[in-house]
Amino acid sequence: MAVNTEMAGAHGSAGGALALLNDTRYRGIIAQIALIIALVALGWWLVHNTIENLRSANIASGFDFLERRSGFEISQLPIPFSSDASYGRALIIGILNTLIVSAAGIVMATVLGFLVGIGRLSTNYIIRGLSTVYVETFRNIPPLLVIMFWYFGVLAVLPRPAGAISLPFGSFLSNRGLQTPTALFQAGAWATGAALLAGIGAAIALVWYSRKRQLQTGHRMPVLWPAIGLIVGLPIVVFILTGLPVEFEYPTATRFNLQGGFQIKPEFLALFLALSVYTGAFIAEIVRAGILSVSHGQTEAASALGLRRGQILRHVVVPQAFRVIIPPLTSQYLNLTKNSSLGLAVGYPDLVAVGSTVLNQTGQSVEVVAIWMVVYLTISLAVSTFMNWFNRRVKLVER
Amino acid sequence: MEEQVAGYVADQQIPSRPAPAGEKGIVQVVRKNLFATPTDTVLSVVFGVFAAWLIWSILSWAVFDATFFGGDREACLTPGEGESEGACWAFVGAKFSQFMYGSYPIDLRWRPNLVAIVFALLVAGAAIPSIPFKSLNTWLLFGVFPIFALVMLTGAGFDVSGGFTAFLMLVAAITAYLLYGDDAGGLAAWPAKIALIGLIACFALIVMSSLDTGTIRFAGITFTIWSVLACLSALVSAVAIAVGMAQRAGVQIWRPVVPVVVAAFIAVLLAEDYGLRPVSTNLWGGLMLTLIVAVTGIAASLPLGILLALGRQSDMPAIRTVCIIFIEFWRGVPLITVLFMAAFMLPLLMPSGVSFNQLLRALVGVALFSAAYMAEVIRGGLQAIPKGQYEGAASLGLSYWQSMRMIILPQALKLVIPGIVNTFIGLFKDTSLVYIIGLADLLGTVRRGFSDPNWITPSTAATGLVFAGFVFWLFCFGMSRYSQFVERRLDTGYKR
Repeated sequence: MAVNTEMAGAHGSAGGALALLNDTRYRGIIAQIALIIALVALGWWLVHNTIENLRSANIASGFDFLERRSGFEISQLPIPFSSDASYGRALIIGILNTLIVSAAGIVMATVLGFLVGIGRLSTNYIIRGLSTVYVETFRNIPPLLVIMFWYFGVLAVLPRPAGAISLPFGSFLSNRGLQTPTALFQAGAWATGAALLAGIGAAIALVWYSRKRQLQTGHRMPVLWPAIGLIVGLPIVVFILTGLPVEFEYPTATRFNLQGGFQIKPEFLALFLALSVYTGAFIAEIVRAGILSVSHGQTEAASALGLRRGQILRHVVVPQAFRVIIPPLTSQYLNLTKNSSLGLAVGYPDLVAVGSTVLNQTGQSVEVVAIWMVVYLTISLAVSTFMNWFNRRVKLVER
Repeated sequence: MEEQVAGYVADQQIPSRPAPAGEKGIVQVVRKNLFATPTDTVLSVVFGVFAAWLIWSILSWAVFDATFFGGDREACLTPGEGESEGACWAFVGAKFSQFMYGSYPIDLRWRPNLVAIVFALLVAGAAIPSIPFKSLNTWLLFGVFPIFALVMLTGAGFDVSGGFTAFLMLVAAITAYLLYGDDAGGLAAWPAKIALIGLIACFALIVMSSLDTGTIRFAGITFTIWSVLACLSALVSAVAIAVGMAQRAGVQIWRPVVPVVVAAFIAVLLAEDYGLRPVSTNLWGGLMLTLIVAVTGIAASLPLGILLALGRQSDMPAIRTVCIIFIEFWRGVPLITVLFMAAFMLPLLMPSGVSFNQLLRALVGVALFSAAYMAEVIRGGLQAIPKGQYEGAASLGLSYWQSMRMIILPQALKLVIPGIVNTFIGLFKDTSLVYIIGLADLLGTVRRGFSDPNWITPSTAATGLVFAGFVFWLFCFGMSRYSQFVERRLDTGYKR
């Protein structure tokens, strides 16, 4: 904070140029011009060096390499890929894998964090103790270590596929990951999907209508159960009526491997578990702080108004706690997304892992690093824009 | 005067009665905290069984089924198939010195030990409130210890260039100018400014031209003409500030000269040959390397973070924009890409012939990255200072840097100590990432250790990682407890 006082010529005796430099207004401008010149010079110097170095090392520059044949395989493929496909496609798969593990991790970490955060405030000794131990353990351990623990310490020492551990619903857990049944939909299955969409639409309409009616008449109408009925019940009814158009393919254990079904790779499992467990501990603390931030007077006032326990939570505590929770929650989501890059250590093919392979093959470090930065900055910006919008919606409206 | 009161008004305290029988004792505590409602009872039973199972499995893994002694993997392999295998602590025992020092030469390990002891003593001296000589201690910790540690760990005898010396002097002269330049009265500050500009110009010339305009050797350092000029002008600028300050009463005029003299000393000390055997940084490893990276990152990120935070709060749009872009850039990308950038791109950005070693590259990346986070924490503190404090400082006639140094920053930093410690904890955990770019920190040595064919057993990896996790946990948990302690201690001023 510069002091904008009129100090021009304060030192009287000094001449014109000196007065100019001693005047805080002009001094600020001069400082800024100096900074810009210095930065431009630095930038020019760095670019100049880079061009010189690239030329002497015979490394091509530019993004042409994205079109070239990659020649490597990727272990988790959301879209088709082969070693004949281009570097560009490999990087897109990397981005998709980053998004997949981040989204899964965010959902799991949020669930875990909210449960544990509420558990830390429980009056029950055992629940509170377990929650505290969980939070204090995982907050103080590097995420990379947690990832490696799951991968090398737990998943790698599971039995081989031949002796895989059977789980409910025909799934198997082995050192090749988790093998689950896949659902093969047959003709007519679209009706169920359509019913699901219709049910969700109807439920939204119902909520909207009941809110409007409550504003107008003051009467509340039951919303929760009819909405559940619409979203869950309707598709089930349609599903049965159309004659159960689905078939499950169960994995079967052969001598060396598990055949059929859907395989969730151990790399994904390790990264997913570690990210959710690690970030869950932080979210738990955020949730706890949020709930504690709602003063006791609010709860007491609500119960004085005759609200029931559930109503107090829903209408008084949670909306106010959310205002405190959302900003730090956003940064935790971003942290989780950025931490997903640690999958490199266990070979999960996310953007950084694929990018480092590309970097090693082509040597075009500047371009690959630029792609990384642009993608992560875009994700960060998108998530924080969305969360800022959500934050504005729930924010306290002041004068 | 005796007051007339009715006979039924008690004239003395009625002794308190004991609590009702159902409201006290262990039974009551258990009932209230575990079996208050039917739901609570169910939860207690379910989670109680879970907790008991958890504790039992951890104990049987870590203690009952564990192998504590042995020379190789045979000791840790259970004889029969199908038996549950416990931890292989023998592995940790065998590799312990590697986990601590990496490949640091065994006969020279007294050096890191000595550094660690001195560091622990100085930190304890600075951290424990009842120990006196705080300011001396702080000077030793931030001024003397880094040079001592660098000399001891590397063995010194560096090939210090004149350009590097000039760079150190430049940083020192600018620091002195920012801190004390405004304390110098009137025109006497002008030589300081001119000398500073000359210094910057000389430095630019050193950087731009690798012109060899004759070399001068002094105190083991090879100077070019330009670096000599740069060093001299740094000294002139500092002395000029001191002279300017001497016009005023009650100021310690030696202060602005200290940074420049210290910078010169650092260069000379690093170039000096002490007869210590040099140890190249690629032999460093284990917990020692983790601590070095973390402490350097912390020490570098705090001043950088303060500058960035001040820049972001500045009234000057260009400076503010530059700081915002810098901060948001580093905060938006994962540390691992920053480390990759430092490992692969830093060599490209430097002129040919200048090479950083791998550890230094990682340190640059870690420092820039954590400075951005630190800046945001400190900005929180700056924003929490009431506007009246800024205005009060201005109305006393303090310049910008004076008011920051004497009024704003002491309050702002005190407010955000918990946030700063949290950033330290985050940084400490993040140091484990340097393993990915090939440095053998604690996690890296453990990772290499459990791939050793002599020690491959199903439980080796888990044992090693649990050990590393425990070490990390000790440091981070300790720091967080200390921050809570400081928070409570400093909170006194705001308690009502």
